[in-house]
Amino acid sequence: MGFATLLGGILLSFCTYFGQVAELAAETFRSIFAGRIRVSLTLRQISEIGFGSQLVVIVTGAFTGAVFTAQTFFQFANLNMESAVGPVISVAMCRELGPVLAGLMVAGRVGAAMSAELGTMKVTQQIDALRALAVHPVDYLVVPRALGMLISMPLLVAECIFFGIAAGYLMATQVLGVGSAYYLLNMYKFTEGEDILMGITKGFFFALIIVFISCREGLYARDGAVGVGRATTEAVVIASLAVLISNFFLTMGLNIIFPAG
Amino acid sequence: MRRENEKPLIEVRDLVQTIGTQQVLRGFSLPVYRGETLVLLGKSGGGKSVFLRHLIGLMRPISGEIFVEGEPITALSERQLEPIRRKIGMVFQDGALFDSMRVCDNVAFPLRERGERDEEKIAAKVAESLALVNMTGHDQKMPVNLSGGMRKRVALARAIISPPDVILYDEPTAGLDPIVSDSINRLIRRLQRQLAVTSIVVTHDMTSCYHIADRVALLNEGRVHFYGTVEELRSVEDPVIRDFVDGRSDEAE
Repeated sequence: MGFATLLGGILLSFCTYFGQVAELAAETFRSIFAGRIRVSLTLRQISEIGFGSQLVVIVTGAFTGAVFTAQTFFQFANLNMESAVGPVISVAMCRELGPVLAGLMVAGRVGAAMSAELGTMKVTQQIDALRALAVHPVDYLVVPRALGMLISMPLLVAECIFFGIAAGYLMATQVLGVGSAYYLLNMYKFTEGEDILMGITKGFFFALIIVFISCREGLYARDGAVGVGRATTEAVVIASLAVLISNFFLTMGLNIIFPAG
Repeated sequence: MRRENEKPLIEVRDLVQTIGTQQVLRGFSLPVYRGETLVLLGKSGGGKSVFLRHLIGLMRPISGEIFVEGEPITALSERQLEPIRRKIGMVFQDGALFDSMRVCDNVAFPLRERGERDEEKIAAKVAESLALVNMTGHDQKMPVNLSGGMRKRVALARAIISPPDVILYDEPTAGLDPIVSDSINRLIRRLQRQLAVTSIVVTHDMTSCYHIADRVALLNEGRVHFYGTVEELRSVEDPVIRDFVDGRSDEAE
């Protein structure tokens, strides 16, 4: 009985949470399609999210690409398959590592900032003040963030992929001594447009996941500073986990549209 | 004071609301007539601010109904409430200024949101509004750099920049020095006289109450305990009212 109640409770709160996020997403898209878009706020978010996240995304992509290349090389060298390192790195970066790394870094950096900002506005009654001034908080706060994310995230994913592959190439050719021509030839041969499209598509989905979870956390924050802290932690944890879990299902699903190999 | 036959601008019927386990409103009913200033008195934590939040749909009652110009508002959605909220402005207790914006942008916010694009016109109206609350010269500051009283006055300037039909004030003079309090009282009076603004003022400040009120309601135990004019308030003998008005606690010495 106790276990069933516990399980039911967890399921119920999961459904409630999912419902709140979905409702927020629906309201946001209704506003976007109704043209309730504030251009200057959206541009500010693009600069905040997209421009501001570049450094972390580039550094993460580049260093992961480099170590991944090194480890792949060490294993492949035993089989005398050094020139096969290129396509492994590039396909993995495009399909999985690029979007996931960018997603996780943005979930941490941007998700935390969004939930903390909205949460603080909530607990200090600034969101009530918006509503009292007949401004819908979704129009003013969520729509610019959602658009900012949808525009920035695919570009950040592309950047992460590019720097990952570039760092891998430099590592392989300059440090590990793989011939540049073989590396590039094999990489081009086995990397296809679909691989890149899959990464970019994932970027769109991760943008939606991160922005709606973070905004939901902020908008539902309560109990002052402690509540804002809790909302921020939850936003980062839940958004990161959601990125990783949804990535699995996206890979399975997108593989039908963009088949590997 | 008149008008028992007139239809109230805002009518509240049997409002019930709980916060946590405490029932703060227990069948609260109140009429508010056009053009008058109603002062709502009551103990701290007695549900006065909660009541104000219901009038613009920031909270929904458990039961009861609110009519604004005859239209029931408690079942309206967030978007349907927008026209009501354009008619009713609210000055929050601690201002609720947008802390990412300068004072001038805070005050200009309602104008910009209503589509005003002429920056010169906006600047002129902001200056005028800030002058009304004696905040001229602070327009470039950020809200975090203002004192509590200054924040409250900026919030007031934001609420009156495009004057609504009704303004709700949540303790407009609490924490202000007597001189600024008096200027706020005069401002509430002036808005009423010049622009026929209806005001609902939640306060503990009896000086302010006597100065601005056309009518007074006293909230006690979640209901309206007294409703009448200032003169009636002065002369009434009820011990609950007298204790509140004369500032006596019932603790033994």
